[in-house]
Parts: sequence; C-alpha cells; structure tokens
Amino acid sequence: MTLTINGESRSLPEDPRISLLDYLRQGAGLTGTKKGCDHGQCGACTVLVNGVRINSCLTLAVMHDGDDITTIEGMGTPDDLSPMQAAFVKHDGYQCGYCTPGQICSAVAMLDEVAAGWPSDVTDDLNGKVELTGDEIRERMSGNLCRCGAYSNIVEAIQEAALETKTAGADA
Amino acid sequence: MSKTLEMNEPDTRNRLDDMAGRNVGAPMDRPDGPAKVAGAAPYAAEYVIDNVAEGVLVTAPFARGTITSIDERSITGMDGVIAVISDERLTARPAQGTANETPVQTPLSIAYFGQPFALVVAETFEQARNAAKALKFDYSADDPSEIPFDPEAVEAEENDATRQGDLDKAMADAAHSVDITYYTEGHASAAMEPHAAIAEWDGERLTVHASLQMPNYNITELADSLNLEEDNIRILSRYVGGGFGSKLGVSQETVAASIAAMKLGRPVRVVMSRQQVFQTVMRRSETKQRLRLAADKDGRLTGFGHEALVSNLPEEDFAEPVTQASAFLYPGKDRELLIEVARIHRMTAGSVRAPGEAVGMQTLEAAMDELAEKLELDPVELRLRNIPDEHPASGLPYSSRKMEEALKQGAEAFGWHSGPRKPRQKREGEWWIGTGMATAARIHNVGEAEARVTLNGDGTVLVETDMTDIGTGTYSILTQIAADMLGVEPAKVLVDLGDTNHPRGPGSGGSWGAASSGSSVFIACEAVRKAIAEKLGVEEADLELSGGTAKGGGQEKLLSELAGNEGIAKTGTFKPGDAQDDYAMASYGAFFSEVAVNRWTGEARVRRMLGAFGFGRVLNAKTARSQCIGGMTWCIGAALTESLLFDPVDGHVVNCDLAEYHVPVHRDVPHLDVLMIEERDPAASPIQAKGVGELGICGGAGAIANAIYNACGARLYEFPMTPDRIIAAMPED
Amino acid sequence: MKPFAYLRPDSLTHASQLTEEPSAIPIAGGTNLLDLMKLQVETPESLIDVNKLSLSEIGDEGEGLRIGALATNTATAAHPRVRSDYPVLARAILAGATQQLRNKATTAGNLCQRTRCYYFTNIDQPCNKREPGSGCGALDGIARLHAILGASSQCIATYPGDMAVAMAALGAEVEIMNAGGETTRVPLEDFHRLPGDTPEKDNILESGDIITGVILPAPVKGVQLYRKVRERSSYAFALCSVAAIVNMEEGRIGDIALAFGGLAHKPWRDKRVEEALKGTEPSLKGFDEAAEILLEDAQGYGENDFKIPLTRRTLKAVLCEATGMDT
Repeated sequence: MTLTINGESRSLPEDPRISLLDYLRQGAGLTGTKKGCDHGQCGACTVLVNGVRINSCLTLAVMHDGDDITTIEGMGTPDDLSPMQAAFVKHDGYQCGYCTPGQICSAVAMLDEVAAGWPSDVTDDLNGKVELTGDEIRERMSGNLCRCGAYSNIVEAIQEAALETKTAGADA
Repeated sequence: MSKTLEMNEPDTRNRLDDMAGRNVGAPMDRPDGPAKVAGAAPYAAEYVIDNVAEGVLVTAPFARGTITSIDERSITGMDGVIAVISDERLTARPAQGTANETPVQTPLSIAYFGQPFALVVAETFEQARNAAKALKFDYSADDPSEIPFDPEAVEAEENDATRQGDLDKAMADAAHSVDITYYTEGHASAAMEPHAAIAEWDGERLTVHASLQMPNYNITELADSLNLEEDNIRILSRYVGGGFGSKLGVSQETVAASIAAMKLGRPVRVVMSRQQVFQTVMRRSETKQRLRLAADKDGRLTGFGHEALVSNLPEEDFAEPVTQASAFLYPGKDRELLIEVARIHRMTAGSVRAPGEAVGMQTLEAAMDELAEKLELDPVELRLRNIPDEHPASGLPYSSRKMEEALKQGAEAFGWHSGPRKPRQKREGEWWIGTGMATAARIHNVGEAEARVTLNGDGTVLVETDMTDIGTGTYSILTQIAADMLGVEPAKVLVDLGDTNHPRGPGSGGSWGAASSGSSVFIACEAVRKAIAEKLGVEEADLELSGGTAKGGGQEKLLSELAGNEGIAKTGTFKPGDAQDDYAMASYGAFFSEVAVNRWTGEARVRRMLGAFGFGRVLNAKTARSQCIGGMTWCIGAALTESLLFDPVDGHVVNCDLAEYHVPVHRDVPHLDVLMIEERDPAASPIQAKGVGELGICGGAGAIANAIYNACGARLYEFPMTPDRIIAAMPED
Repeated sequence: MKPFAYLRPDSLTHASQLTEEPSAIPIAGGTNLLDLMKLQVETPESLIDVNKLSLSEIGDEGEGLRIGALATNTATAAHPRVRSDYPVLARAILAGATQQLRNKATTAGNLCQRTRCYYFTNIDQPCNKREPGSGCGALDGIARLHAILGASSQCIATYPGDMAVAMAALGAEVEIMNAGGETTRVPLEDFHRLPGDTPEKDNILESGDIITGVILPAPVKGVQLYRKVRERSSYAFALCSVAAIVNMEEGRIGDIALAFGGLAHKPWRDKRVEEALKGTEPSLKGFDEAAEILLEDAQGYGENDFKIPLTRRTLKAVLCEATGMDT
C-alpha cells in the first residue's frame, strides 16, 4: 500500500481516519498544503491527485493506494518558482499566504481543465470551445476562498501564467 | 543605544523623499512571497517539534450555567488519550485587542453556547478529536427562556455619547432631512488560518508558536493568564494566516496549549476547528443604527445624528464603535452621536476588520444617498459640499485630508455621470444596471513601537521587531524603509518579525502597524545614520548613503567597512505625542460601483468597483493596493452575502462554517480598480504615512447599496442585501 | 471521527453483503460522508470503499444514457452526450459545489447527499433526522435553508443537491441492486422521501442496497434550463432552483417538465403545474397561475418565508427564458 507524493513513494498510514490532508501535513511533513476548514468549504487544501484537483481534507489517505499526488511543494521551490507561482508573486496574488498554495494548485489544474474543454457554470455554449475569460477563471476558481480579498490580483496572475504556458507550449 | 521620537509636532522633513534608493513607495514584490507561493512559509501549527501531543478543546452545549463535574475517566481508556486539562487558568473568551491582561478566566462558568471549558490531549489529532467528543461531564444549565439573546429585547446601557446643540430642532428646521433606521448583521473575521498554537515548556521557559496579530500585548495577556513572568515566555508569530481582528488578543487555544504543555511536560499543539473559530473567538456585533441628517436647501448639513445599538457579553468593555467616523467626517453643528450596548449571551463581540467604520460608514453613506435624492443633487456633489473646515465637535484642525481629491479623481476614473439621478434607467435582459458611490473614511491610529536595526559588517541590514505581517506587507515596507534610509539594496535587508525576544512593536490592528512600526525602523535608521556620520566626522544631515557606500565631508567609504566586525545596532522608538491630540487625523477616499440586479430573483452582482484613497505616504504601491482591494472585497461581502445567524433559543452561531457563512468567492468579485492619491501627512507619523489596511472596507458597502437602488429602485435598510430582501423591496414592474 | 473498519470489496456482491450490516456505510467520493463523519453526525463502524467496483462508466442505453454510480460529477457534466442531449443535467451539476468537489463527487453519492440543515450538522442541537425523537431545532430556530413544501412537524430539512433535480425533470430512473443480488429500477422522483414521521430516512434504500447507476430516457425535444438562486454567485446551496424542459409547438407550450430544488426534502415535481401550462400560450398571467398551483400548499417557517415569492419569481424567469417570451 503506497502512494506517490511529488515523485516520492510513501507508505499509507495505519489509522484509516487520517485524511489525505493530515497525512500530507503531518505524515509526510509537507505543510504547504493548508487546512482552512477541514470540510471542503475553503479550498486551501487543494492538491492534484493523478493530475485532477481535489480537496485533500475530504478524502482518506488509505483511499489513495497507487495514486500520484502533487502538492505545492511539487510545483516549485522558493528559489525555483513555477510560472504560476512567479505570477502570484508578481501580481501580489496573495496577502497572508494561507490560501495561496491551494489557489496555485487549483489554478494549475484549472488551466488543464479548460484545455480539455470541460464546461463550467458560465460557459455559454456547452458544446463549444471554452475560452479562458475572466468570468471563466472566476467561476472555476470559486472553490478557493481568499479572506484577504486578493481575488482581483489572483485572476491577473492566472491570466499571465496562462499566457506564458500557452507561449511556452507554442514554442515547444 | 537607542533613539526615541515622540510625535509632538508634525514632521515636515519628508526625509524619505530625499533618500537616493527610491524603494519606499515602489511596487516591490514581497520578500516573503517566494516562501508563501512555494508553501515553504511556516504558520503556527506547522513547526516540526518532537514528541508533540495534540489537544482539542471541549465546548459547552448550552448557553449559560455551570459545568459541575468533568468525568475524566470517561475517556482515559480510549486509544492515545493522554490527559484531560481542566484548569482554572483556561480562558473562556478571547482577549480584546490591546487588552494587555487576561481575558475572562472562569472556564466552568458558561456564558455562551460553545464556550471552551477543557482540553483533551492525545497522541494524535484523530484520537484527540474523538475523545473530546466522548468526554462526559455534568452541568447545570440556566433555563434558556430566561437568558437574553436578542439585543432589542433588553434594556441597553449607554456606552459613548456626544451631544451638541439641538438636533431635533435642526431636523425640524431643515430644508431637507432624512431619518432612517438600518440594521446590519454580525460578521465573522473568518481568517483562512484557524487559530492555532504549539506550546513548549522546558520547566522554566515557555515557547509558543501561535497565530497572533499583537505579540507585544499577547505576551502580557498570556503571562497574566498563566501567572508567569513575561521574561519566561517567548511568542513566535512569523507568519499569520490572516487575522482581521480575530487574533488581536490571545485566545483560548494558546492558553490551553500552554497550560497543557506545562502540566504534561511535553509540547502540545491545539488547533481550533473551523466551527470552533466561528463559535468561540470574536464576532462583529450586529447593529441597529438610526441616521438623522438635516440639510439646508443647498445640501449643507446643519444637523447630524448617528445612534447605534450594539451587543456584547456581560463584562466585556468592547462596544462596536459605530459612530467613529461620524464624529469627524461631515459638518452639522447640532449633533448627536450615541452608542448603546445590549448585554446578551451570544459569543464575545470584538474587533473585526475596521471596527466601527466598517458598519457605521456603509449606513451613513446609504443615508447620504437618500439625502442627495431628496435634494435632487448629484451624490458626489453632496459630499463635496460637506467637507468641514474643522472638526465639527472639537474644533481641531484636520491634518492632511484628500477627501475632495478622492471624490473628484475617483468619479472621473470611474466614469461617473454627475447630476441628479433616477433609479431603473438601464436594463440588460433580466438585469437592472445601476451605479452608486460612497465616501471612505477611517480614523488614523498610531501606537508605541520599537525596532532594532543592525548594519552588519558584511554590509547587510537586519531589522528586528515583534511586529507581525498578517498579509499586510510589513516584511515589504520595513525592508524598503531600511533600504532607503541606509542606502542598501532591498535584497540586503533581512526583516525578522513576530518574535517577542525582539524589540516590541505595536502589532497589527487598527491600521496602525505600518505608520507606527515603519516609524520605529525609520528612527532606528536615523540613529544608525548618526553613528555612521560620527565615524565619518560629518553631520548626519550631510550624509549620503547609497549603493552600500557612505559619502560625506568629501569622503566615501563602504558601509561594511564602517560597520566593522561588531556592526552598528540601534533601537528606534516611536511614541505617539501631542500631534495626535492636536489634529483630527484620518484616511479618506471614495468608492464607485456598478451593480446588476436580477429583476426576477433579486440577485445582485457587482460588475465594476473603483476605490480612490488617500492614506498619506504610500510605502509600497503593490501591497498598499492589495490592502485596498482586500477591503473592497469585504465591502462586497458586507453588502451582499455576509451575515452571522444566531439561534433564537440558545444564541449559538447557526451558520458556523464556511459553507453557510458566505464570505465572497472569486465569482462575486470583479476586477477592482484602485487609485492611490499622492499624499504626505506630516502630523500622522515621521514617515508621513497613515493607515490603509481597513480604509477599503469603510463605506464601500454603502456604494453597493446605493447602486442597487439606482439599478432597480429597491431601497433596503438591512445589510446584507440578499435576494430575499431585494425582492421584498423591489417595485413591481 | 470515531474509529471504523475500512473495507474495500472487489465485487458488487461482496459490497452488498458488507453494507447489510446496519452500521456500515458505503463510501464513494466521500465529500459529504467524511464531512459528516468529522462532525460525528455519521458514525459508521465500517466504511465500505466501493471505488474499486467498475461502476464509473457512462454509455448509451438504447436511445437513453446510463450513468454509472461512480461516474464523477465532472465526468457526467463533461460527457458529450450529456452536454448535447441532456444539457439541463450538465447545467445542474455545474451549478453545484466547486470543481474540486465535483471531481470527487459521484452519481450515487450525490443522490445520497444529506441535508445541510444547520441543526442536523451540529450534534449539540436537537434533530429528528440525526437522532429520532430529539426534536427539531430548526422549527423554533433559524429555518433559512428549509422546506416550504412537503415538510412535517418532525423535520423541515431540504435535500440540498442540484444534479437530482435535473434528473427528476428528465424522468431518470435509479438502478439499485439489493442484498439478494436483484436489480430494480426506481423513478428518481420516488427515490427520495418526504420526512413524515421518519425523517431519519432520506430515501428508499434498504441496508444491503447498492446504487449501480442512473438511467436517462431517450432525449426529448425542447429547451433545457437549470436556474439556481443562491446568496453567493457560486459555491452556495440553492435558495431555490428550477430545472425546466420546455418544448414549444407553434407558439404554444408543448411537452414540459419542471422540477424544483431547495424547497423540499426531495427534488420536487408537481405534474399539475406542467399540465396547467401544457397547450397554453406563454404569458406572465399563465406563469403566475402555474406558480399558484405549485405553491398552493407551501408553508414558510419564518426565516424561509421568502422562498414562496422567490420560487414564484424564479419559475417565471425560467418560463420566460424557456418560451422565448420577451418581457
């Protein structure tokens, strides 16, 4: 029974009650993933499981045998930030910083979802192509609360990172 | 070696403008940013400490009465349980901001539903959480029907009053007047990081990692709670996941963790659940407010009345200072300001972002909108006609005030159509579209602050204070001030915050941190400069520091060389002085918003919002702007979504989580525009800066309310303006 | 959370056997169940992780569509046939929760989602649903989220979901396998119950029952809309919601199906309302009369009185949009 976190294989905890979130923070010592509400109501604990974003507080660690988890620590380090992380710094897409890892994990996954054509509540044409408008970003990021009120800057950061990702993709 | 400056007169030197570095004011990225975005910045609960046990608070399931016995044996056999901490030093309530003494400490005497009275400690969090729920106890609860929960159902006590002239007569004589009663509902700070602490006791000294805004006061509160000497306590709050008032005072988890650590001889971590944060820390009181505005035919205010009913628990000194800005913002020689407190048994009421103005300004500005309508006057013009020459009660002169500039520049930037206004002029499909505006105002506070600045032998600079950065940008602005004052690159400055072993700052709260702590660093830097000047044999004023070198008297030397191996360390102390009493000081601004209201469902959505603000010197254009947009986001919550609901039977907070207490989400908030007005306020602080952390929330909900009216014709007198309230007030088609 | 045994059956039969224990609860996405377990609203002795069962497929079933019990809400909303043939379902799912939650939440789990009543989720408060006989805190308390239709003196809670409301309008059926291995299909409208004297039972599932999927009938013509009114613009439960499928025939309303969320202990469908509208020319007066029928027995409990006018207005908005009426 193992799972992979940021490329590193780890064994699952014995107590089945331990949430993936608590396992990350205490079992694996990866405290970048935050606990804001423990009930799936704030998004601070957002991580990627096999590339898909979820609230790590509302799932048990033991349910992730064989899964591949990416946390904020797997996105970049203070000395080597990912484009999304760097854009958050540039646009001041945070204040206290507590919701930030969740916002960033969420944003990274969100761009993939848009690229895959998943519709959202604000997508006009369910059968058409999804454009990454400001309204689309705001709806899709609504699962990540920020009490400092950095939303306006977060959207700018995501827009810039999306543009960079696109450009980088075109280059490659 | 130290330097103290007492602010006895305005400081017009504007020294920061003369510094070569020009870092102050620049939109510098936060030095703490990379750690935050990488998840590498440790918050209180995240320190790795060997052998730490986990504590969970146990709370009372009734509103008032006594816990008569706690049956420890009911859980002692459970897996991992270490102890039940039931101790008379446990605190029942949080300390109020700057209380500087222990909060109410009778844990077994219950005064509100959800009050913590014990701590269960176990090896793991899951074990502790389960055992805390399983703990058995006996209690004697008062009959809920005899306990007051409704602020309007009890006789209130007068808390603060200003009466001048004859307001009734002014109202009767007025060419135009409004007399309106508003209700605002309770708010929760809802900082994203729940309250948390890890306490370690070595038999003599207590070290506590906690999420606190004001370590300088918190250490005294904790010492007083525990009957310990402050010298034996160290509090660390390097990163704080938001506070908004809820972490001003020491609260239950920190005291409980400390007592447990001392009793058990091992480190103990206590993190409140989100539900506990909602139920046991702080609420902003609901308010009932009566606004009376009397105006002459030209719209100049002749009479001004603002009365508020707020609530709190018995024995709490704090009363939401609703009329704070009403005291100075607008004229009217006949005045009546009143705050009354109802003693009820809802949880503790205390400071939530911008106590006073946050709820007092939004109602005042909604009332001003109605007055403008009666006068058939443009709402901006009404405000412009009511900028008083002197403080309407004390007669004090105003310090620098950019109200007029904010109103005019804000209106222009927003594209405000001036002139008299009529509702229901624009519809797009199902949506009525309207605009509204409001004035922003927030008093300026400063507090005593100390910081130590060390110029090291390697040319780097260390800034130390126990001041905190709760997202406000303290790491950034102190870096910028020290960099400019000492002529080094910001990258060479290390700011070390949130440690009570350092010189004591004022803490973060009341928007006073930047001006106070920034001034202490400025003063310390002046002392360092003086020492450098002495080494060069020149006057400090003739010293030029830049690029890591010092020039003066025809000499040029490297700062590293001048610092020597031992470095130059100076402590700067800033003290509020006469200037604070000689001027009426505040930050000012204006809000403009465009709102869409659904004609069927009454859903209101902010489509556009702009704030223009003057708050003295801008220390960092990026973090200051962020403070403004943060405040404006809170305006959207206060106007449309946020409301604490209290059970009428037992007073408990019903919507005690983030699913049902609706802080705004991304989709509620459009792109926000901010205009920062160039200003230096020499009376405010030696760095000419005022507060900005709260200004953005003071009045903006009124701009949204006014836009709702302009859009769909619904005048509402209750905040928040949820769909049910809007459809009830909306005229039929 | 109370300690529990974590079991992971690899066959449907095994799963069914394990859930026959009264204190066993199956877990799929877990987004609602774990939330409630942390609060000790749910205290299973064993948790049956059904995620290894192959129940996540979405595929054609005749002209209709079969949505596996373990298909995530995301997969359902993004499925090409759901988007083109059953847009009301895609819209309803996308109006609920957040992307993170929809990525975990499943069809069966969402059907079994429990109420958001504040008194149900707070174990220090009375609640007949959580603890039969303890009373109803909401009746004398804050009933903002609560039912105006079909409530009882025991319980005024609402079913909080969106997906099932659209499924009710679509005439979907829930496929259930019982402990004996037999599979039956139940109209979605009959899956959830009204509280009556047994509010502890949200739906018709018996112990050992496992939901295996939901079957949508062949697509029908017409405009499909889902309208949800909430306090925030996103990430909030419905104050009220309307799922509508309306087919216009020569300027008159033809086949029509309407279902309502946020009003009752179950997705609410009242065929009388549909009958009243069928064959009529769209008019505000006609919509008002339809709303009158819908709300004839509606009862508010103070805080939620507003749901009566709000539902009327929302229904009118939806019917205006669906019939293309210019107002």
